[in-house]
Formats: sequence, structure tokens, C-alpha cells
Amino acid sequence: MLVISQISKRYGDSPALTSTDLQVSTGETLVLIGPSGCGKSTLLRLIAGLIQPDSGSITFEGTQLSSENIFQIRQRMGYVIQEGGLFPHLSVCDNVTVMARYLRRDARWIDSRLNELAQLVQLPNEILKRFPAELSGGQRQRVSLMRALMLEPDLLLLDEPLGALDPMIRYELQQELKAIFSQLGKTVIMVTHDIAEAAFFGQTLVLMRDGHIVQAGPFKELAKTPAEPFVEQFISAQREPMAQLIEALK
Amino acid sequence: MKAKQRIGVMLLGVCALLISTVVSTVASAEKSLSITVGSKAFTESVILGEVLKHLAGQTGIKTHHQRQLGGSRVLWNALLSGEIDAYPEYNGTLLQEILVEENLQTEAELKQALAERGLRMTTPLGFNNTYTIGMKAELAERLKIHTISDLKNHPEFVLGFSHEFMDRADGWPGLQQRYQLPQKNVRGLDHNLAYRGIDSGSLQAIDLYATDAEIAYYKLRSLEDDLSYFPVYNAVILYRADLEQRAPEVVVMFNRLSGRIDALTMSKMNAQVKLNSEPESTVAADFLQQALNLDVDYQVQTVWQRFVQHTGEHLLLVGISLSAAIFFAVPLGILAAHNERLGSIVLSVAGIIQTIPALALFVFMIPLLGIGGPPAVMALFLYSLLPIIRNTYAGLKDIPPAIIESAQALGLPSRARLRIVELPLATRAILAGIKTSAVINVGTASLSALIGAGGYGQPILTGIRLDDIGLILQGAIPAAVLALLVQALFELIERGLLPKGLRIKALGNS
Repeated sequence: MLVISQISKRYGDSPALTSTDLQVSTGETLVLIGPSGCGKSTLLRLIAGLIQPDSGSITFEGTQLSSENIFQIRQRMGYVIQEGGLFPHLSVCDNVTVMARYLRRDARWIDSRLNELAQLVQLPNEILKRFPAELSGGQRQRVSLMRALMLEPDLLLLDEPLGALDPMIRYELQQELKAIFSQLGKTVIMVTHDIAEAAFFGQTLVLMRDGHIVQAGPFKELAKTPAEPFVEQFISAQREPMAQLIEALK
Repeated sequence: MKAKQRIGVMLLGVCALLISTVVSTVASAEKSLSITVGSKAFTESVILGEVLKHLAGQTGIKTHHQRQLGGSRVLWNALLSGEIDAYPEYNGTLLQEILVEENLQTEAELKQALAERGLRMTTPLGFNNTYTIGMKAELAERLKIHTISDLKNHPEFVLGFSHEFMDRADGWPGLQQRYQLPQKNVRGLDHNLAYRGIDSGSLQAIDLYATDAEIAYYKLRSLEDDLSYFPVYNAVILYRADLEQRAPEVVVMFNRLSGRIDALTMSKMNAQVKLNSEPESTVAADFLQQALNLDVDYQVQTVWQRFVQHTGEHLLLVGISLSAAIFFAVPLGILAAHNERLGSIVLSVAGIIQTIPALALFVFMIPLLGIGGPPAVMALFLYSLLPIIRNTYAGLKDIPPAIIESAQALGLPSRARLRIVELPLATRAILAGIKTSAVINVGTASLSALIGAGGYGQPILTGIRLDDIGLILQGAIPAAVLALLVQALFELIERGLLPKGLRIKALGNS
């Protein structure tokens, strides 16, 4: 459904992404992972059309993204960022339905879709009237997910959606998110820097470094047959503390 | 981007249209009066302006007096442009100041220079308001002193001169040389102290203007300048030549004043206003009754009537200029926030306007829009732009990028994004800018009295001229109260406009 070919992006003098190719098929959950500044967020923002590539092309369901069609195509993508990016002046309900109302969707449809999504993300009804400032971090991310899913997008883009949450809530939401993804069967591209989270969600992991893809494949493949020493280093760097934890619990 | 610019240009056009309509409406309202006389911002000129108004009014033509418009230049330009039809002037001011570059020598040359500009002047009114030397009338009488030359016989006199007169080459040093005055005991001191000194007898002679109010009050005699040392400042009435076609009977009335006001009469009138706090209108009417046997029908406004009038004028100035500024500046701020290059141009132009001193800005507007309401509204409008533009710009720029990005990612086109997300989030900043502008506007509007637009500046100006604190407060206190009220009004508006979600955040933060 998504074909990225030979895409490059520079910020001033420093290259953020150099001639990258990637293909995502329908229903796949793909996780972009790598250290800070590796270009994973840049890649996601390019897919969402928030920034334009210097060269190369992105094709979504057979249509190449351009500044003319981006507003149409964005309605078929849901986008969730760290801390939610909710509009502080709008209630939860208004945040979720803002685009549907702008597009003048039927009010009854909006209403039933809102309730459906509230159930999906397990958000109690009374919260719908509150404002973002009155919500907990976890609740904000649930609302943000509702907003992203409102128009039934084909592709869901998540940029470190759980990055700002404390570990307990994060764990809880990871479980829920995975359940939601499998329930919806949508194509998902998620950015994270946490290898455990990546392994938990992703059928395919795409490990990036310095603006290019180092290795792409299932977690096992990365762990067992690393393409270069960096892959091994990246995995073990995050495994060490985990191993100590497991040791202590024995 | 192109579409955005087009919208911007369209908005600019609409605003310009709106403002020009308002300005021309105000202007045409002022022009419906058939004759306007003006006066400079000092008591003598205002009294003479009232005399002219009463005189012209005798012909049955509706006459308006633009009081204390400012300095000679402002009056001169207003006369040239036809904003006013006549004003009292001194031939010395014309020769030595306004037309100094023409280097005119004779009366005929002056008349010729005036005629080239479509102006005429009456023959002198009878007094010469120049420097003179004054003594107690009683002492002068006793010692038979009538001229400055007579002082040569009294080397024992103690002389007290204002510091300016002491220092100027055409002041005491020149005077002493011309008349060969022998006095050694000459002191420089404050003018007010000099009056008291001469009254108590510690000084025998001081410098004066020939028509100072104090001359009559302290019973002084001004000595004749028998060697013609001081330049002549004969009072005349300057009027537009076309007045002779438009209202010849008014010119006839003006000419009846020729030679009818001597220095002592003028000094007495000045004293009645300055020292006895009589209204200029009354003093002028009494003079016409006595000198020309004219019965003048006039009204003196009560304090309350004046207050209502000034409040109305002030509110009109502030209301029109501030609304236009909001209407203009918010779109400009949006434009600036969305287009960096255009933004820096808009912000620096508004910044430059702000650096022009308010008084200068008012005076700059006179050649473009004349005197009175329109130039004042335009100047206040220009002055109110920057705070609103800057705050709109800052309010939009301060929205966290994550929020803008979320709105973009949802697929909201830029105009919808502005309406649904950006402007509501910038509400507080925009309103803060409007509040700042409103307070500056109310304060600056007091200055517009200087170019004849009225408002609370009128009593302040008169109070300064007459050294009357009570009058100054009659303008200053309402202006301060109005500033507070306007601010309170916008705080109420803010309460209504600010989205609920933002108020919650404000509570959470405090």
C-alpha cells in the first residue's frame, strides 16, 4: 500500500535521510527503530506529508504524494504523536470530531463513531466533555488515538505514542494498543526507540542509523543474523539492564 | 501561498476603503461650517480668535473657532490649505519666521508675498506685541520717564531681566549698546519673580512683552522704544483672499478692528482671562461692546456641557481609530505570521511608525488630511497598529509546533486551521495587544486637541496655557478613567471570547 523509493531529506547542511527505499503492505505493523537522530521520525513525517522530500517519491495506494493531493490523502491516514498534540481549547469530543465536522459528515454518524471509538480505547463517556488539561497522560494518548481513527483511515502513523508515559501506564497501553491493532487489522507504522516495544508490536522492524536503513525484518532475524555489528550493539545495549532484572528476579 | 497573499491584499483593500469612508465622512461633517477662524495655543491668540468669531458671526454666517491649534506653522499651513479662513498673526512672525527666506523688507513686499499665496492681511489692529521695558506706572510718572532713553538719567536703577533676555544678543547687551544705558546693577531672574520684585520696589525696570496680562495687574508702564531697537510685532488678521468673494461682509467686519486694540486694552483682556479666569468668549464680547458698540449673542458652555462635548469627541476619536486598527492589524499580524518575508516588512513598517513622536505624527497628517478629526483619527490609527500586529504575530508563532502539526496531519487546510485552531489559541495574545493599543490610544488622543480635534486634551491644553491645575485635571482625570474603562471592557470581552479549555489551563498553571 505504501512504496517509498530513493527518498532523501536534508535539514540545512545535515542529511536527515539519504536515498531510502521501503515498502509497506496492507495490514502490516511496521516499527521504525533506531537511536535519536537516525531519521525515523523524519521518515514518518515524510509519509504523513508534513515535510516534503528533497528527492525521491512516496506512493500511497498507487497515488504519488504531492502538495495538491496531500489534504485528501491525509484524511486516509491517522497520525498520533508523543503527548497527543491535542488542541487545548477544544473538549475531548470536539478534538476527536473536529475533522469530521469540518467535512460535514452526518451528525448521527459522528455520534455513533465517537461512542464506538470511546469503547474501543476504553474511555468512559463523562471524559468526552473534559478538556485536554483535565486529562492524565494515558487518557490524552487514548483521545489522540480516537482522533486519528475517527475517519476510518487505511494507515495509522504513530510517532513515539507512548514515549511520555510512566512505565506502568505505558505497559498497560502497550497491551491495549496491540489488541486494538489486531482488532482493526489496519496498516500501522510506529516509531519508537525502545527495542522491547518494537519487538512487542512489530511484525517487521526497520532499524535505522544516520539517515539510512541498516536492516529490516522480524525481530528474530535482526537478533540472530545482524547485518552489521551496529545491529547487535543496538539490541544488546537495551538487553543488558533487562538481563540484570531477570537475574535479580530468579 | 499565492491564494493567501491574494486574501491579504483583498483585506488591505477593504480596510483602506473602510477607513477612507470614515475619514471622509468626518471631514465633510467639519466642512459644512461656512467660516472657520483659528488661533494659536496662547491666551492672546485665543481671545483674538474669539473676537474674530463674534465679528464674523455678526454677519449671520455660521462661524467656527478652532481654538489653540498649535504653533504659527500649523495655523499658516491650515490657512494655506483652506482648513481655516482667518487667524490673528503678527507681522514680525511673518517677516522673521514664516517667510524669513524671502528676505522681505517693506510692508508692500510682505503684502505681495502674501498675495502670491492667495492670502491678505488687515491693517494693524493697534498693538505691537514685542519686547519692551516696563516700570511701575506711578514711579515713571513721578520721574517723568516715558521712553527707554529717559532711563539714561537714572544710573541708580536696579534692572531685572529674564535669563533669555539677558543672554540674547538682541536682548540686553544690544539694548544697552543702542541706548548707552549706564545701569550697573542688572540681574537675571525668573520672570514671575521679576514682577514681584518690581511690585515690592526692589527692581525699577524689567523686560516684558508689550501685552502681558501682568502689565495691567501690577499697574506697569511700558516705555516707548524711541530708537526702534526691538523688532515690530504688529498684530494683524491674516485671511484667505477668496474670503472677499465668499463672504465680503466678513472681511468688512474684520477691517473694523484696525487700530482699535492698543497694547493696554490687549493686556487688560489677557489679564481678565489669565488672572481672573473669565472665559475668552466673554472677554471678547465685552471688548466688541465697548470698542465697536456691537451686541454679541454668544453662549458660554457650562463645565458639564464641556465635559459631555469632550467625552463625545474623545470617544469618537478612540472608537473609530481603534476599530479600524483592530480591523486592519489582526489580518496583518496573521499575514506576518504566515509569510516570513512579508512579516518582517509589515513589522518593521509598523515599528517605524511607532518611533515617530506622537506630536510629529499629528503634524505630518495636516498636509494630507487638514486639521481636526480626520488627521487625528489617522494618526491614532497608525499608532494603534503595532501592538496588535505584534501580539497577533507572536500569539500565532507561540502555538506549539506539535499542535500545528496535529492540525496539518488531520488534513485541515490552512484557512480552516487558522479559524479552528490557531486564532482561538492566539486569542489571549491578540486581546492583550488590543488592550495595550486601546490604552495608548486613549492617552495619545489627548494630544489631538493640538490639531483641533478636541477631546480631553482641550481642557488640558487650556489648563497648561492658563496655568490652571483644575482645568488640567478636568481633562486628565476623565482620560485616565476612560483608559481604565476601556481596559475593563476588553477584559470582559476576553472573558467571553477566550475558549473554556484555555481558561482551565490558566487555572491549572496558577
